[in-house]
Amino acid sequence: METTKLPPSSPSSPTTSFSVPSAEKVDGFPRRSMRRARQRRSHSSSQFRYQSSQVELTPLPLLKDAPVAELHDLFCKKLQQCCVLFDFLDCVADLKGKEIKRAALNELVESVATSRGVLIEPLYPEAIKMISVNIFRTLPPSENPEFDPEEDEPTLEASWPHLQLVYEFFLRFLESPDFQPSMAKRYVDQKFVLQLLELFDSEDPREREYLKTILHRVYGKLLGLRAYIRKQINNIFLRFIYETEHFNGVAELLEILGSIINGFALPLKAEHKQFLVRVLIPLHTAKSLSIFHAQLAYCVVQFMEKDATVTEYIIRGLLKYWPKTCTQKEVMFLGEIEEILDVIEPSQFIRVQEPLFKQIAACISSPHFQVAERALYFWNNEYILSLIEENCQVILPLVFATLYRVSKEHWNQTIVSLIYNVLKTFMEMNSKLFDDLTASYKVEKQKELKRERERAELWRGLEEHQERRMQMLTEAARNHKRVYSRLASPRWQLFVKRRQLCDPRSKPYLLSDLSV
Amino acid sequence: FSRCAAQQRHSVTATVSKMAGADGDDSLYPIAVLIDELRNEDVQLRLNSIKKLSTIALALGVERTRTELLPFLTDTIYDEDEVLLALAEQLGNFTMLVGGPEYVHCLLPPLESLATVEETVVRDKAVESLRKISQEHSPVDLEVHFEPLVKRLASGDWFTSRTSACGLFSVCYPRVSSTVKAEIRQHFRTLCSDDTPMVRRAAASKLGEFAKVLELDYVKSDIISLFTALASDEQDSVRLLAVEACVSIATLLPQEDLETLVMPTLRQAAEDKSWRVRYMVADKFSELQKAVGPEITKNDLVPAFQNLLKDCEAEVRAAAANKVKEFCENLPEDNREQIIMTHILPCVKELVSDTNQHVKSALASVIMGLSTILGKDNTIEHLLPLFLAQLKDECPEVRLNIISNLDCVNEVIGIRQLSQSLLPAIVELAEDAKWRVRLAIIEYMPLLAGQLGVEFFDEKLNTLCMAWLIDHVYAIREAATCNLMKLVEKFGAEWAQNTIVPKVLGMANDPNYLHRMTTLFCINALSEACGQEITTKQMLPVVLKMSNDQVANVRFNVAKSLQKIGPVLDSNALQTEVKPVLEKLATDTDMDVKYFAQEAISVLALA
Repeated sequence: METTKLPPSSPSSPTTSFSVPSAEKVDGFPRRSMRRARQRRSHSSSQFRYQSSQVELTPLPLLKDAPVAELHDLFCKKLQQCCVLFDFLDCVADLKGKEIKRAALNELVESVATSRGVLIEPLYPEAIKMISVNIFRTLPPSENPEFDPEEDEPTLEASWPHLQLVYEFFLRFLESPDFQPSMAKRYVDQKFVLQLLELFDSEDPREREYLKTILHRVYGKLLGLRAYIRKQINNIFLRFIYETEHFNGVAELLEILGSIINGFALPLKAEHKQFLVRVLIPLHTAKSLSIFHAQLAYCVVQFMEKDATVTEYIIRGLLKYWPKTCTQKEVMFLGEIEEILDVIEPSQFIRVQEPLFKQIAACISSPHFQVAERALYFWNNEYILSLIEENCQVILPLVFATLYRVSKEHWNQTIVSLIYNVLKTFMEMNSKLFDDLTASYKVEKQKELKRERERAELWRGLEEHQERRMQMLTEAARNHKRVYSRLASPRWQLFVKRRQLCDPRSKPYLLSDLSV
Repeated sequence: FSRCAAQQRHSVTATVSKMAGADGDDSLYPIAVLIDELRNEDVQLRLNSIKKLSTIALALGVERTRTELLPFLTDTIYDEDEVLLALAEQLGNFTMLVGGPEYVHCLLPPLESLATVEETVVRDKAVESLRKISQEHSPVDLEVHFEPLVKRLASGDWFTSRTSACGLFSVCYPRVSSTVKAEIRQHFRTLCSDDTPMVRRAAASKLGEFAKVLELDYVKSDIISLFTALASDEQDSVRLLAVEACVSIATLLPQEDLETLVMPTLRQAAEDKSWRVRYMVADKFSELQKAVGPEITKNDLVPAFQNLLKDCEAEVRAAAANKVKEFCENLPEDNREQIIMTHILPCVKELVSDTNQHVKSALASVIMGLSTILGKDNTIEHLLPLFLAQLKDECPEVRLNIISNLDCVNEVIGIRQLSQSLLPAIVELAEDAKWRVRLAIIEYMPLLAGQLGVEFFDEKLNTLCMAWLIDHVYAIREAATCNLMKLVEKFGAEWAQNTIVPKVLGMANDPNYLHRMTTLFCINALSEACGQEITTKQMLPVVLKMSNDQVANVRFNVAKSLQKIGPVLDSNALQTEVKPVLEKLATDTDMDVKYFAQEAISVLALA
């Protein structure tokens, strides 16, 4: 049986989008947003779109004053009243109506949160209808087509004063002790969940925060929807990775998945492993990785802690998608690798050490000092150091040449001194091996150069050979064409036709018989 | 005769087989060495080897390519996506290297694996190559080898292979037997209702292409139901692709079926609740209009277009505004004017004062085109006020778009009607704080000058053109120089001599060395257009005088200018006037001046 840990009730996020963007921490240069004058915070809404005739709202009696017998009826009326939508882009339009709806929503929230026995079966469809009418909408096009979540202010939802209360109501509704999953599942169905998931693309971080908590509750309480939710999240991610590269709610969805993974039963199902290998790992390729990297790395480590046998998939996957040109991402990858190595089992480490340390050596020789530095910091981690020591015979030969070379060449003094420390550590670990490698360094270099020359020689030979061949082939093609054109000539076709007329049994000549 | 042909055929095969044996030097290149290259640890080297795969294949010969190289490639498809992409591309051109169309099916296994990988670009490239080599299959091979591959892909476990399959149906359908055709249709149908939206999107995007190769009866029976289903998919990303297919499908069907089979879906799409779908309809509007024909356009598309122009989402309005001219142009001529005047123009009028600048600028880029359709009187009465309003728009892009299309109006009503409003608009753009806006208006100057005539130009615009020469942004000064050249080409050397040359030469005494250099740049640009006389008599003395400038940058630009205008001068002037100055500059203290002086001497052959 799978279980999930639910986060605390009030929406709170470890990484709010208002914190300092990590890009600014990485380098000190003023970024685009600093140069560009800060745009005014923009609002947008697609909520008020399809209502042609506006209904006049009249205030209803307060819920708390209603006699018990009429309470449910009044509750229902208030829900219906809240289905009316208002134009928030025009901030002075129908202020009275807006206020009535706001008050009604407040009352509904309060009532669901505090009084018991309100949620009876007939209210479920009405409540879900009110929620659907208010929150489900096609999100408006982004005001800024090149919206960069790290740099730009998000466009905020204009109708938030009402929308927030609707979300709050939904949340209280799900959290109410009276909430009956067996009744709710008739209305909170697959179609509902799909629309809910699409809203995660909202640019407004406040909305995504609510959605996160709400989806978590739905996942926790409506067991029948779990597989469906996971599948649809997969689809959203795959679309994000391979089609659009744009989806605002990746971090929030990953956060939910973090706790879902935590609750996976052992042994891991094939479905879950596939999710790891084909969705989570490829997510690392996204351009906007920095926005959700913390949540993603958390999910990956969760998987490893569940089942150590997935380690090799993870490390090899990360190596496959290792950033080639983006140093900022490379630093993130190194951070994630360290998180992984922190909890890796020694038996698993042995399986991946070779490709892994080749990559680490490549990072150490990066001209970008932050990449080199991040990689060299691994030697400050005691657990990693103990793993390196145990496998010194394998690892030292992999990194030695790089360390030796970079220690002489790197422009940045910090890197050079860090490398000296690492070399010293290795010397202490295994002085014999260290001396051998130092001695053979020059010889290896020579061998490498020789291989280089041989390769160049081989390709030169091959290319000469190719030229000769190509000449022959063009000649052949020319001959071929000559025959071909004769067959296409009217005289030849006339001949073929006549021949068929004389002897109907004969097979017609096909040009394809001539395939060479 | 037939024997003769057979003989020919034989000789061709012989040549090829001789080549396959290829003078025995195959052994020079053991496959192991080549494969080592393809397996090199360094990705860049691996990539280089894959890019030269044809070289390797040629070295191996066709037979060993088939039996050794291809199996290796098929087995080792786990690599960097970049390498796989190169491989997928190479294999599309490999037919000759495996021995011609007869053996082309050998290429299918590696391409099949490539068509299932995760990375979209690799998969797309593999599909592209498969489509390419499908043409080289004989009908028999297509059924024996190719079609089974499509089927395997279409029923693959992971969505990637099913997505790839979508692109392959249409290439094999026309050339297979009717039983296989039925299977293919069935597979396509299944993919259209696939569980994952990625596959449905792939199927929807190939729906139009597939419809084109189907027999009309099947278009009506199969495609329409698929089209209807995709157009009402739960995901808007699928629905919007159905709009694209709608164009192809409507083109295939006879007019009388359109109303029942296509129009309900199209109407629904034009009013879809997702703006993305409506955007797509607006974006494809001209194609749709052509596909459904004049009658339906009149009854259905005109109101739909009105709605799109009034859409609540700016993206949709902008897409529709872009289509205004094309839509009006393609209306049936008999009552085109009436439709435009009563239905379209009122919407257009509203868009002129839209709240969104993208909408306004989209409109401004096409609105002038309406004048040719509506004729002189309507233009003056109805369109002119709109042009004038847009010329005063707060957004420079809108004004620029109007100005850049002035030629359309000029043909119908003459530009004079506009000139009173044009001038303030141009002046304002010419002084815009953004240099890119200034740059854009400079580029329209020759066009404007041509249409407004020399008098108007001298009176109103000449000062602007000269002012740009001392702009503080180099790009503007450069463009201004180039602009002067084009103006001289238009108005002639005499005009240049009277109006611009004195002003340009006057700047040679400016205290700012950047302005003095601008004089030189102008001379470089103008000398050819102005001819020998003006160049020798007026420009050359100024240039020569500037060789004593105290700023080295000016002096070496003098050398460069002399090199540039040298060909326009006669040999006497070159020898007596230019040569001494260059010789003096060649002994300058500044090394750059020396360098350019020497270069000029050698180019002009004065040494």
